Amino acid sequence: MSKVKIATCSLAGCFGCHMSFMDIDERLLELAEVADFDRSPLSDIRQIGSCDIGLVEGGVCNAENVEVLRAFRRNCRILVAVGACAINGGIPALRNRYDLGDCLEEAFLTGLGVTDPKVPGDPELPLLLDKVHPIHEVVKIDYFIPGCPPSAEAIWTALSALTSGNIPQLSHQRIRYD
Amino acid sequence: MPSFALDGQEIVFKPGQTILEASIAAGHYIPHLCWHPKLSPHGSCKLCTVQVNGRLCSACTFPAADGQEVISASEELRQLRLRLTQMLFVEGNHFCPSCEASGQCELQAMGYYLGMTDGHFPHFFPRREIDASHPEVLLDRDRCIFCELCVRASRAEGKNVFELAGRGIHTRLVVNSPSGRLGDSALQAQDLAARVCPVGAIVLKETAFRVPIGRRRYDHKTIAEVSLEQEAPLVRAHWQEANHE
Amino acid sequence: MSEEVRQAVAEAVGRYGKERSAVLAVLRALQKRFGYLPMHALDEVAKALELPLAQVQGVAEFYSFLAMRPQGQYRVFFSTCIVDEFKGRAALQERLCARLGVPPGQTRADGRVSVNEAACTGLCDQGPSLLVNGWPIARLTPESIDAIACFIDQGVPLEEWPREWFAVQDSFRVRGLQLNAPWRSGAALKRALRHGPEFLLRELEVSGLRGRGGAGFPTAAKWRYCREAQGERCVVCNADEGEPGTFKDRELLKHCADQVFEGMTLAAWATGAQKGFLYLRGEYEFLWPHLEQVLRGRRRRGLLGRNLCGLAGFHFDIAVVVGAGAYICGEESALLNSIEGRRGTPRNRPPYPVTHGLCGQPTVVNNVETFFSAALIALHGGAWFAQAGTAKSRGTRLFSISGDCAWPGIYELPWGISVQEALELCGADDALGVQVGGPSGAFVGPRDFHRRLAFEDLPTGGSFMVFSRQRKLLDIVENFSAFFAHESCGFCTPCRVGTQLQLKLVRKLRRGWGTLGDLQELERLGQVLEASHCGLGHTAAHPVRTTLAAYPEVYQAALREIDFSPGFDLDAELETARQLTGRFADHLAQE
Repeated sequence: MSKVKIATCSLAGCFGCHMSFMDIDERLLELAEVADFDRSPLSDIRQIGSCDIGLVEGGVCNAENVEVLRAFRRNCRILVAVGACAINGGIPALRNRYDLGDCLEEAFLTGLGVTDPKVPGDPELPLLLDKVHPIHEVVKIDYFIPGCPPSAEAIWTALSALTSGNIPQLSHQRIRYD
Repeated sequence: MPSFALDGQEIVFKPGQTILEASIAAGHYIPHLCWHPKLSPHGSCKLCTVQVNGRLCSACTFPAADGQEVISASEELRQLRLRLTQMLFVEGNHFCPSCEASGQCELQAMGYYLGMTDGHFPHFFPRREIDASHPEVLLDRDRCIFCELCVRASRAEGKNVFELAGRGIHTRLVVNSPSGRLGDSALQAQDLAARVCPVGAIVLKETAFRVPIGRRRYDHKTIAEVSLEQEAPLVRAHWQEANHE
Repeated sequence: MSEEVRQAVAEAVGRYGKERSAVLAVLRALQKRFGYLPMHALDEVAKALELPLAQVQGVAEFYSFLAMRPQGQYRVFFSTCIVDEFKGRAALQERLCARLGVPPGQTRADGRVSVNEAACTGLCDQGPSLLVNGWPIARLTPESIDAIACFIDQGVPLEEWPREWFAVQDSFRVRGLQLNAPWRSGAALKRALRHGPEFLLRELEVSGLRGRGGAGFPTAAKWRYCREAQGERCVVCNADEGEPGTFKDRELLKHCADQVFEGMTLAAWATGAQKGFLYLRGEYEFLWPHLEQVLRGRRRRGLLGRNLCGLAGFHFDIAVVVGAGAYICGEESALLNSIEGRRGTPRNRPPYPVTHGLCGQPTVVNNVETFFSAALIALHGGAWFAQAGTAKSRGTRLFSISGDCAWPGIYELPWGISVQEALELCGADDALGVQVGGPSGAFVGPRDFHRRLAFEDLPTGGSFMVFSRQRKLLDIVENFSAFFAHESCGFCTPCRVGTQLQLKLVRKLRRGWGTLGDLQELERLGQVLEASHCGLGHTAAHPVRTTLAAYPEVYQAALREIDFSPGFDLDAELETARQLTGRFADHLAQE
């Protein structure tokens, strides 16, 4: 039987969900027997190919996030939102209470200690969206694993269900939003 | 004694009781957020929606009557309550990781109870004011769910500190003081109004992490278990007193 | 200013009283005087009425016509009823704003004028229309807009504007049984007094009269329940005619206020009530002086007041209470809260107003037209009324017909008439459909034009809006969805949040971004809305449901053949960053 292909990425997140993923510890070896990693910080593959499962950490805060997320959606049969930021914007979305223009102006133009006032416009830098959005507002998401980060147990429960072709179901104990 | 059927089980009630009171007193949980055993029922959160003889009703305000057929535990109603809970999450700014009420919050616990893993709807990200002017109590409107428990509690205490203003999606919690600030109001930390908030909108300062995470109210128990442990005795006591009078 | 405010509050309280129920009238008076309600004014009101300031604020912020920020010396509201929209409201409003140099929703820097939007102002038979400082101007044209702009710019006092501008045309198109019946003020009352309350209730039963607001509760039964309840009974006339496309109460109050007040007095006689209120929607404030005049006349003739008609112990009088822009106050228990000086949120039921109404006392709440019909029935008899109509919908009723037809206006027709017959009467052919009963009613497409306007088939409060084939179905649905979102009181979760979510989805469909999933989501939202606290939420999904049933192909054609598309404008959200970085070439596709 061929192995399941998994891709992971972190958009507007802190990689904390990836760290929690690592906390499944020796079960990573179990996972390696049934799955290969495609694009992921764990594999260093930069371009996503056709995958079975995509795990997305973080919300959508800029144009690049949108493009990466869309590439994941195009390539993954099943797309999973992992963690609070992917699900509701999380901590980065705390900026949504402020106007983006005001933030950029204060940071780069008018704020204390600004020299050479200019909003950085290098084409390498992705353009920011007015608001940080949960990923389900941008592409269709199949499953959600909440938590900040989700516990290794929750990730493992969901992932083992998915790799064996089942619907992930988190028990009361495994669902946490903090 | 008159009785009704809740999901096929007979619930004996005392005349005057609502469906919710009778059910909880009998040890059967019906989800609710805006109801509190010590305050007048309100019927606004709609989490306690049940079918009474086929019709949707709020169990917290609907009077129990002999022979009613009440359905609460259906998949259809779980789905409805899930959507209502998600609505409450997306209309406000509920970021559990940065909220000190996490683990003690009824909205969060309701989400856990209903198996909610996401907000489902687009988030509104409203801009609401925070009021930190009171020395002992913080008002974070981002987390307000308009249950009016604080409003009712403060009314019962004769202080009328809180009130809802605005309309529709612009409804907001306001404070009774000339400046509109909590620090200039009559609220005291020991008031029920300062302690009754089911979420993290009104929290006591300097108490945030006295109960460490892992030992909080809903860390190991469901909202149903906590309700039956803590609220059911209050309802029973209330109706016993009422009978003596 | 603060001394002036104190004085104004004292004056208003002197006039309207120190009771809690005076709060709305006092706030309206201050709004009129200062153009808005500054916090220190609310504080003065709170002190004068001995209410917590936050409660006064809660009431003040509930109504659309009360403002917390300074408004213009001339305050203009355009009616956004769909009928007015289709007759060019947006362009006319833009024209006025451009002429005056004020953006919509804002107050001009010199404080001269503000231009806002309001829900249907009840002039759709002669729209587009606006209200300026409470006075209606109908039949707007680009020319009249220019003239209005001129007068505002020059600061001409409203009293000096040409009077004909404010004329609201009479619009009875078809008169039937009731409008043609002879009427003599006091005759119905005297007949009832001669025969006793039981006789009156029997006549009402025989007539089969059912409430004309829309719900259709048998009037005789309502009066009887109230009569049997214990307490200080009360009679309330619901003149908060807010359902878009309805304007019959406007004409009834203009021409038949005497019948309406006599109907209320009959209800008082039947139930033993001593107090009566007519709750007039804020949009109809211009009718207030006329109503007071009719009331004075009735008092003078001994038809109101103490020992009414010379009958010892029969005391009854009526006060007019004026609203301030809130559709929800047309819901009877919300209306009672509003009269009591509370926020106009609907109450829990049971108990019902007939046993626990105004201030907890037994209360009859009926529609303007119901009292009007009751008065005629008392005079001409139940059998006279029951000769028209159908088995379960007796008599005639007033239909407010507007929209794309040759002769908009009020038609008194027997219940049971078909949609097709009504369309022929008003001169509408080849209609896309008819909205029967306003946004909370049903959209009826050509396939169903044979259906009958009656409680047995299509119940209605009388609103009948005709749409021609030039109209776009989704424009109608968006307008109605926006209406519900704007008018939701915010009390319960499903309606407060659900009406907003519904509006977002409908807008998404209308922009051509919708998918099949969005359509399914709309249907599921409709189910959640059914758990709402009151009729507003229960009916908020009707526009989507009934238009979808009539024209599924219109919805299908609007959908994209993809399984998902974002609900917000992705590229527009880059605009701020694009502007600040000067990277104008960077864009995102919507999907």
